[in-house]
Order: sequence, then structure tokens, then C-alpha cells
Amino acid sequence: MREFEQWEGFSGRKWKEGVDVRDFIQNNYKPYEGDESFLEGPTEATDKLWGKLQELQKEERKKGGVLDMETEVVSSITAYGPAYISDELKDMEQVVGLQTDKPLKRAFMPYGGIKMAEQSCTMYGYQPSEKLHEIFTKYHKTHNEAVFDVYTPEMKKMRHNKILTGLPDTYGRGRIVGDYRRVALYGIDYLIEQKQKDFAGTARRGMRSKDFRIREELADQIRALKDMKVMAESYGYDISQPAKNAKEAFQWLYFAYLAVIKTQNGAAMSVGRVSTFLDIYIERDLEKGILTEKEAQELVDHMTMKFRMVKFARIESYNQLFSGDPVWATLDVAGLGMDGRSQVTKTDYRFLHTLENMGPSPEPNLTVLYSSHLPENFKKYAAYISITTSSIQYENDDVMRPVWGDDYSVCCCVSATETGKEIQFFGARANLAKCLLYAINGGVDEKTKEQVGPAYRPITSEYLDYDEVMEKYDTMMTWLAQTYVETLNMIHYMHDKYYYEASQMALIDTDVRRTFATGIAGFSHVVDSLSAIKYAKVKVIRDENGLAVDYETTGDFPRYGNDDERADEIAVWLLRTFMDKLRACHTYRDSEPTTSILTITSNVVYGKATGSLPDGRKAGEPLSPGANPSYGAENNGLLASLNSVAKLPYEEALDGISNTQTINPGALGHDDAERVQNMVQVLDGYFDQGAHHLNVNVFGKEKLIDAMEHPEKEEYANFTIRVSGYAVKFIDLTKEQQMDVISRTCHERM
Amino acid sequence: MEERIGYVHSLESFGSVDGPGVRYVIFLTGCAMRCQFCHNPDTWDRNSGTPYTAGALLEKACRYRSYWGSKGGITVSGGEPLLQIDFLLELFQKAKKMGIHTTLDTSGNPFTREEPFFSKWQELMQYTDLLLLDIKHIDEEGHKILTGKTNQNILDMARLLSDMEKPVWIRHVLVPERNDTDEYLHRLADFIHSLKNVERVEVLPYHTLGVFKWEQLGIPYPLEGIEPPTPERVKNAEEILDSAKKTEL
Repeated sequence: MREFEQWEGFSGRKWKEGVDVRDFIQNNYKPYEGDESFLEGPTEATDKLWGKLQELQKEERKKGGVLDMETEVVSSITAYGPAYISDELKDMEQVVGLQTDKPLKRAFMPYGGIKMAEQSCTMYGYQPSEKLHEIFTKYHKTHNEAVFDVYTPEMKKMRHNKILTGLPDTYGRGRIVGDYRRVALYGIDYLIEQKQKDFAGTARRGMRSKDFRIREELADQIRALKDMKVMAESYGYDISQPAKNAKEAFQWLYFAYLAVIKTQNGAAMSVGRVSTFLDIYIERDLEKGILTEKEAQELVDHMTMKFRMVKFARIESYNQLFSGDPVWATLDVAGLGMDGRSQVTKTDYRFLHTLENMGPSPEPNLTVLYSSHLPENFKKYAAYISITTSSIQYENDDVMRPVWGDDYSVCCCVSATETGKEIQFFGARANLAKCLLYAINGGVDEKTKEQVGPAYRPITSEYLDYDEVMEKYDTMMTWLAQTYVETLNMIHYMHDKYYYEASQMALIDTDVRRTFATGIAGFSHVVDSLSAIKYAKVKVIRDENGLAVDYETTGDFPRYGNDDERADEIAVWLLRTFMDKLRACHTYRDSEPTTSILTITSNVVYGKATGSLPDGRKAGEPLSPGANPSYGAENNGLLASLNSVAKLPYEEALDGISNTQTINPGALGHDDAERVQNMVQVLDGYFDQGAHHLNVNVFGKEKLIDAMEHPEKEEYANFTIRVSGYAVKFIDLTKEQQMDVISRTCHERM
Repeated sequence: MEERIGYVHSLESFGSVDGPGVRYVIFLTGCAMRCQFCHNPDTWDRNSGTPYTAGALLEKACRYRSYWGSKGGITVSGGEPLLQIDFLLELFQKAKKMGIHTTLDTSGNPFTREEPFFSKWQELMQYTDLLLLDIKHIDEEGHKILTGKTNQNILDMARLLSDMEKPVWIRHVLVPERNDTDEYLHRLADFIHSLKNVERVEVLPYHTLGVFKWEQLGIPYPLEGIEPPTPERVKNAEEILDSAKKTEL
């Protein structure tokens, strides 16, 4: 058993015998049941630094979304020397470290794909380096090129026709959360030692490719750990040893995360679950009298400021999918332990309080791991923060804890992974609405008229027959699930080969569990369409070539989103059926298949590529986001809509079921106290039924319209809203997406 | 006994301002008043609506019990729910048996001390935890202009409820050029002050969001040209009426 002097005052034993951060937390954290009255406002340093950062953000917006970009240096852990938000204010920064040599400057990251890295430069008026172009086209292959080397013609067609969309073949897959706390608790040297032990353990007689691969990966991981030390040294810190106080714990943890965002530009680069861990260090320092509450809050504020600064160079098509420059620096608070104790500490409050000290912000993507059994005070404070900032999301700890334990992190928008023990292969989504149209049209795309799917017999009747449609849809979904998984298998093979996440993996157990995260788009439209075919009369409108291009639906039919069993049972059937088809496929590196009902803002782009549907949605209109019921389908108010979504079984969509709702403040209660109480009631009632996720916005339509028309108004500079899967500054959305958000049901009453 | 049928205009699963806590709101059809500012004229017709039994409605409502906590429950609104008093009686009686908090949102217009209504009403009050009582206009003549009906029976009901010490929230829709003068507001405040059961007084600013329904129904809109009250007038009304509110019962 190891002992470090930095561990003085910490109890427990198991975590000293090997890397086990969870055991450390469980043995040392202090649950907090009190209210928010202990919280402190921003320090002068926080105000100054945040003020400076806001100036930079304004400048960034003025310059079209990018402040500065690297073109000559390939990003790596050690590519840059130390840099600060501002040189004059650098002594005020309690937590230091930037991705590049200047704040908000975007790094050059070619490994995911040189074409994309260069495109992102030229898109913003920067000239990519010729030398680097030569290196990454002549001498070194990138992930994107490798994937396209092996794709089948069918896969390319599916991609082109957008029945598969947002695939991580042009950008980093992300969603791998390193256990950044390990660096603070153990120091780098101990972690290297452990990985070296793992490395030695792989040497055995008759080694094969599997063994070579793990040895090579471990070598890369150890190199990354060593580089982290070098990077920290450049800022004047020695992170080879454990952190000895709260300030060091924050700094060590952030350095680990910084190493990762210097090397990977994944769509989601989550921070993970750090609040309870960090609270242990703060509590120790508070007890020793070497830290004040003001200073503790300052540490939280300054680290959060860094998470608000994470930037990646993105290309146009990426921005259309994921509008508003999100990075999913997801940071989780609260949750319960397996022993039933609440994991809420004062630092969980402190993280939410950053939204008051520095105003609303989309990043970090603050996530409350919710249970009705959380302390009432904390539930109320979270609800209050939702009502005042619309910046946080909720996920049901009661359904996730049994699956992922009590130390999981949300690795993107909504998906959980056990921290330090597990990774997921992110797989974007398949458009099940388009798949329904393929079933009707025998695999021919309704937009491009190309034969994309297998040429099964199309439906030729004038009116759609439910049984016939279901039979054909089932077969078409089988084809989609299989080719989808095959496509993802290729992508992840190549990502491991050409863009391996050595920094994250260095902070995760060598013997790692892997999930294979697929996704569904167009969910509500399929449900309502099938319901229309079953309960109303759907007439097919065909073009001159006999292709079904539109539908005339007469008669009433139940719609998903009204707590109506007739529609909702179709929803459950759809999820289960598609998931079963995925389970029937072999997945890369023996990963466990999961799925999500989550579209992010890409519902707009997907909708553009999808033809008219029997539910009445016209060609090109946005799909409903995530698991949300369709626009205008909800006729019984918010809770009926929530009840429908709550019926979807989480165990069939372990990657997450995203639901976004906007409530008019006037419809939530007469005054703030009532609004807080009613919001808590809504959350309790929804999550106690086993629902998975909820984004809550509290504002009226008028505010959105005004913000769209007057983005220059000061009050809208940081106006943050939750969209499917993340939070975003409303004025950073494309006009199309702004319109989409506005047109969605806003729960209000006359 | 055969179950009575209620006629429902619409259902709202999330009511948060129609009684305490989170509430399931049932809008019944039918109303005899013709309030000039009505934003739901589509609920007037007593012969419209979807038929439900009390049991079926409560079954639907109970799907939302997990959201109600200790305060929430059901609210019956309309239309004017007292027009369907037999159904209402059965609904609330059953609800109370199930331990559900019941709120009645009424204008009081059908109220009379004549039989058979009065006995039914008295029984209904046994199963009603809270009333939201709309007083549209304190002045008899003004009331007639604004709603087409007398307010005498409404004020009578308010006094009776006060004698019974039945908790009531008074609601008052503030309509410029109709009831928004300081004189009327003070008279209303005096009246509320004479009651001993008022937990809350709410001023609801007149709005025009329901005008399109009048157009859809082909009825000329009587308040054409009258704008919603200014925030200052709303505040003024709140100040005048707020002083009349009793402390928590």
C-alpha cells in the first residue's frame, strides 16, 4: 500500500492499493444538506478575468465566430509554451493553462482529417500551411482518408443520402472521458508506474495482433502521461506527485483535461464528475484554515472559466449539425451513492453558482444527476438556477446508477459511462423516418431518387395498409441496422488506428469496457406516421415514376406526446425493435451496442434531407429533436408530453433519451417561490416514472423573437438556452435553427 | 346507479396557477355568461364537448399524481363548471375518496339558494377544498354590461362561502374602460375585506390572445379597440386589492 504525505487526513485503504478514485470519494466526502446561503459572490480577480474574456468573446463574434486560428503548428500536449487569458492579469488566474498560445485561438488538429483541418482554416480566411499539407497528404494518413479507403459503395450512398448522418468520419469521435481526478489524487508518476505494470502484464508467449495493439496503445498512453508533466512544468508546476491542497487539485485536474483538448477535437469533450472529488480537498483546506469560502468559490469560478473557453476549429457541415460552437465540456453534479447517501456537496452548489457569479453560459454543459431523493434544498437551488439561467440539464440518477454505478460521467450530451473504467464508441444516428420512406419506396430515396437501400418490392396500393407497411419497415430496418453497424465498425477501427485517444486512455483502466453508441433520428415522426396509418387513412401521392413523394392523411389519429397508450406503445415498439436489430450485429472490439434518441440541433439538417411523412410533416421541415414529440402534436400540456417520453424504457436506450421543454415563466407559477416548487414537482414526477433526461428552458416566445431580431442587445450576449443535447447561446444559432426553436411548442396557457 | 356523464372542452396536464401546486385542469363546456373579454368563447356551448365519466376522468388525472406532491391535485374550470353540478358532485366526491385535493374555478353565475340546486351545491362544498372565484365587476350595472348577467347571486355566494369559512382565491380580470377605475377597485376591495375566507387575490390583466376564437366562431368582438391595461394600472389594482387579502387561514 502506497502512502503520500499529500494524502494526510484522508481515510480509506482500497484506493491506496491501486487506482480507485471512487473508493477515495466514498471514504472521504461530506454530504451537504444545507441551503445556498453559504455561497460567495465573485472576487475582484474573477470579475476582471471574466470581463476580459467577455471582451474576447465579443471580438470573436464580431470576427464571424473565430478569434484566431493556428495554421503552422500541429497541436499536441507540448506544442505550446504557457499562455494566459491576459498577460497583465495572469497572476490573478487561480487555474492556468490554454489550448494554444492565445486565448480562444483554435488549434490545428489534422489527425481526424487533413481536409477538414484545412477547410476550417480557409472557411475563416486563414491560409493553411503548405508544409503541413504535404506531410499529411504525402507522408501521413489521417482518420478521414483511412475510413474512405475502406467504405463500401453502399455505405457512401447511405451517407450521401443522409439515411446515416453526422458520422464521426470527418471529425474526432470524442465522448471518451478520462478520469482527470486521477492526476490530482495520485500524481503522474504513480499513474505511469501502474500503466507500466499493465504493459509488463501483456507480455506472454505466442503474442498476437491483439496483444501488440494493447502494448502499442499502452506505450502511447505512457508517452502522453510524460508529456502532461512537461506541459505542466512549462507553467511552473510539478504534477508528478499528488496534489497537496485544493488549489493544486483543481490545477492538476485541469492540466489533465487540457492535455486532452490539446490533442483531440472530438464532438464531445466532457469533463466528467469532479465536484464531489474536489470538495474533499476544499473541505480539508477549510478545516485547516488555509482556504476561505471566497477562495474556494474563486477556484471553482476560474476552472469553470477555462471550461467556457474550450474551442475547436470546425467545418461548415459540422456547424450545421451542431450549431453554436458546442464542445460538450459536460460537467456533472449531484447524484446518489450506492449506499443511498447523497453525493451533493457544497462544491456541487459552487459549480451551479458559477452561473450566477459569471452569468449564464452554455459551457461547461452543467448536468444535474437528479433523483427525487436528493436533498430538498439542493433540488430547489437547481430549479432556481434553471428558472433564472435556462443553462442546466437534468438526468435521472435513479435509472443510471443501477447500470453505471455511482461514479459515472456523462460523456457527451446525455450518455453515461463509468468514470475511468469505460469508454464508448460514438456512432451518430440513423434516420428511421427516412427508413420508413425507403420501406414504402423499395429502397429508393424520396429526395435523390437513387436506389440506396435494397431493391425490395415497393408498396403500390393507393392507401397504406398497416400490416403491409410494418412488414416492409421491419425488413428495411434490419438492413439499416446491419449496414449502420458495419459502417461504424470501420470508422472506429480507423479512429483507433489513426487518431487514438492516448491522453484520455492513459487516465482510464487498461482493461476497459466499451459500449457502441448508435442513435435514432426522426423518432416521433415514425411513431405518428405509423399511428396515422393504423388509425386514420393515409393516401399515397406518387410522382410520374410511381415514387411515393407525399401523403394525404384523413381522420384523427393518436399522437405521441399525449400520454395516449395507442401512440406510445408504437414508440416503445419502435425503440425495442431497432435496438434488437442492433444487438444482432457484431460490434467492433466486442463493444456492447446501445442506442440513443438524441438528435442535437441536427434535427434541422436531417429534416431538410427527409421527404414528406404520413404524420403530416412536409418534406424539408425539421424533424422533432431527440425523443421530443412532434411540433403541434401535444394537446394535453407539458405533463402529458413528459409522460409519453417517460414510457420509453431506458434499458433499451442506454445511450440516452433526450427531451427538451420550454416553459413560459407565467405558466410555472405566480412568483419565484412557487415556480421553484412547481419545477421540483415536475422533475420529481417525471423522473420517478423512470424517464431519463430533461432540458428545461424557462422563458417566453417573445424573448426569443426579440433576441432573434435584436441580437446586438446587451441582455442577449449571454442569453443561453437548452437545445436537444446541449446548451447554446441563442444568438449563435443559425437563423434556421432559431426559427425552429421558436416554432416548437412553448408550454404556456392563455 | 348509472354513472353521470360530464362534457369536457379540454384537458391540461400542467396547471400551475389554478390552485396550489401542480394541477390537472379539467375544462368543462357550457357557460351562461357572455363576458366581453372572454378568451375561451369556444367553451360556451353546453352541447359541445367530449363525454367522460367521473371515473374515466380521474383515471386520466391520476396519471399525473407523481407530479402533484403534497399540494397539487385537480382543478375543474370551464366554461362554468357549476352548470354540470351533478357530474361535478360525483367527480369531487370520488376524488376526495381517493385523497385528491379539489379546486373549483367558478364565476358563481349558476348559484342560487333555490332547490334543487342549493342542496347539491351545499353537498359539493363538502368535497371542495378550494374555490377560485371570479368577480368580474363589483357594480351591478357594470357587471350587466360586462357579462350580460347580474352579480347579486355571485356576491351572495361569496358571502355564504365566507360564513362557511371555505378557502377562496378571488380573481379579477382587469378590463380598461369597464372595471378599471379606482372607485370600482376600492369598492371591490371593501367587499373582499368584508369576507373572512380569502387566501389570495389575483389581478388578471385583460389580454387579446383569445380574440381569434371569436373570429373563428363568427361572433363580433365587443371589446374591439380596447387595449390590455398598462403595467401601472395592473400594479395599481394589485395594490388596492392586495390590502384586502386575509392572512393564511
